[in-house]
Amino acid sequence: MAGGMILIFLYFVALFAGFVAPYSYDRLDTNYSFHPPLLPRLQGPHLVVPRYEQGGGVFSYHIVENDSKPLQFFVHGDKYKLFGLIPATIHLFGTGDNDYPVYLLGADQFGRDVFSRLLYGSQISLSIGIVGIVLSFAFGMIIGGISGYFIGATDTVIMRLCELIMSIPALYLIISLRAAFPADMSSAKVYAMIIIILSFIGWASMARVIRGMTLSLREQQFILAARALGQSHMKIIVRHILPNTFSYVIVAATLSVPYYILGEVVLSYLGVGIQEPSASWGLMLNAAQNTEYLRNYPWLLAPGAAIFVTVLAFNFLGDGLRDAADTKSL
Amino acid sequence: MWSFVLKRLLHMIPLLLGVSLLTFLLMSLAPGDFYTALSQNPQISPETIAHLKAQFHLNQPWYVQYFYWFKSILHGDFGYSMAYKIPATSLIFQRLWNTFLLSFFALIIAWGIAIPLGVWAAVRKDSWVDRGCSLFAFVGLSVPDVLLSLLALWFAASTGWFPVGGAESPLHDLMSPLQQFWDYTHHLILPAIVLAAADMAGIMRQMRSNLLDTLRAEYVTAARARGLGEGWVIYKHALRNAINPLLTIFGYSLAALLSGAFIVENIMAWPGLGRLTMEAFFAKDSYLVVDCVVMATALLVIGNFIADILLAWSDPRIRLK
Repeated sequence: MAGGMILIFLYFVALFAGFVAPYSYDRLDTNYSFHPPLLPRLQGPHLVVPRYEQGGGVFSYHIVENDSKPLQFFVHGDKYKLFGLIPATIHLFGTGDNDYPVYLLGADQFGRDVFSRLLYGSQISLSIGIVGIVLSFAFGMIIGGISGYFIGATDTVIMRLCELIMSIPALYLIISLRAAFPADMSSAKVYAMIIIILSFIGWASMARVIRGMTLSLREQQFILAARALGQSHMKIIVRHILPNTFSYVIVAATLSVPYYILGEVVLSYLGVGIQEPSASWGLMLNAAQNTEYLRNYPWLLAPGAAIFVTVLAFNFLGDGLRDAADTKSL
Repeated sequence: MWSFVLKRLLHMIPLLLGVSLLTFLLMSLAPGDFYTALSQNPQISPETIAHLKAQFHLNQPWYVQYFYWFKSILHGDFGYSMAYKIPATSLIFQRLWNTFLLSFFALIIAWGIAIPLGVWAAVRKDSWVDRGCSLFAFVGLSVPDVLLSLLALWFAASTGWFPVGGAESPLHDLMSPLQQFWDYTHHLILPAIVLAAADMAGIMRQMRSNLLDTLRAEYVTAARARGLGEGWVIYKHALRNAINPLLTIFGYSLAALLSGAFIVENIMAWPGLGRLTMEAFFAKDSYLVVDCVVMATALLVIGNFIADILLAWSDPRIRLK
């Protein structure tokens, strides 16, 4: 259950990203490019933020002794919209002074706060996983149900299509699908496009398994009874057959979410997904591609750690659910 | 056995046809083509562009293009790369060979480490070895390829033990054949390890649970009752049966391997098929993208075919299906 707790925490923080993040995702300050990560120090009863100064080489920083500013909570800062609706300026913490930046995870090449971008990025990266899985599994269940219920020609056509999709290595298919969309689109369109692409690939494996389950379910007495009562085919599939597959579907969905999150990460990393200045975990990792940056500013890998924790949590939760549901077929 | 092989081979043809048709359709939906960028150039006359387009049938509908493409494929010709300005066939096969080598070495590393580890964990069930392996597997299953590749790059850049990306050093052409071989291997090691690490955890977990299941079987108890040594029971009786189901995983893990190779190639600059796909994608060299996707699928389908043959060879029950 530890996995579930971590996930609830992550999604909760993502929901309030604007409030928790000390800065806006696109606020840049080129005076502080590659500012190192800092931890507020304890000075007396207060937490204070030390000041860093450049010197001794490009982007090399050192702490200025006896020069610090207390860390304040609920401080006014950059404008943002809570839940994308309510305009607000209050942030959980900050110094309220641009010369004393609170870069918990350092800054990137444009002097943007990595921690804030990580939080804003989690909104995109984490939600794509959930939305994608809901779409593709809903689609996969219905198609699989139809295929297994009607058998015959319908079944053959659908299954050949599934085989076709599943026989192309996933990333090659993702890139060919990406080619069908224009290169530059607005952020919202890119977001929708990524979900469409990932769902297009994801439904096939789900449909195959659901079809197999439907094949055995359709022979059961209660389906015969429903048919004898004269219920329509669609109603039988949706109301009587599919609910019997739920315990499998929920476990499989939990274990598949990481693939959707990673799909977005790879697309954005390769530069064909979410575009600057928006933040997503994959896009942030793209900056770490430069080995010069990577060697000197390893905090650029922070989104990688975030991805790892998220995937680990989903795997933990999925394993726990599998044990609870005891679905042997997995 | 032969009819089984033939049936599986014939099955591959419509599949590859379907894949090429699907990719072709998707590429035709793409806005603009390779010459869209060139047509912005005032030094190139529209007639030249129209002529070039006609040469590659780009002015025709996609199904006509597909027909021409398919016709040349039947002659073993993958067409001409518009971006690289060389025949695509040599380009594709050179990159395919790199991807094959990368995946092959990763496969050997992954199975070579995962199988003994899985057996060890199963034999010492619930010991610290087993716990350590489980933890390792769980972490391994969750580390994304992207992060692992970047960490490997970081490692290579900060220690200098391994070259940072590429397949050849700048002086490669001046080296003796032996040095060239070593140079290539030196570049291959790190990407192969990264790719293997991603695959290892799953195989190890499977091996462990298979062996544990087999050790519970009655014939193992019978073997023990006959007074056979524990080593003999495990390696001669249980292990041979436990490895069988892993052949199914082999085919399955190939798909993950090829997708993993795509990521590793692009991050670690290994000149394989995945990298070529991205280069062709950005250059809008649409025929080359189709070629790459079809070749990658062929690699996967052939890999699965080999896995099926291995399975049929080891388990006669499967041949009857």
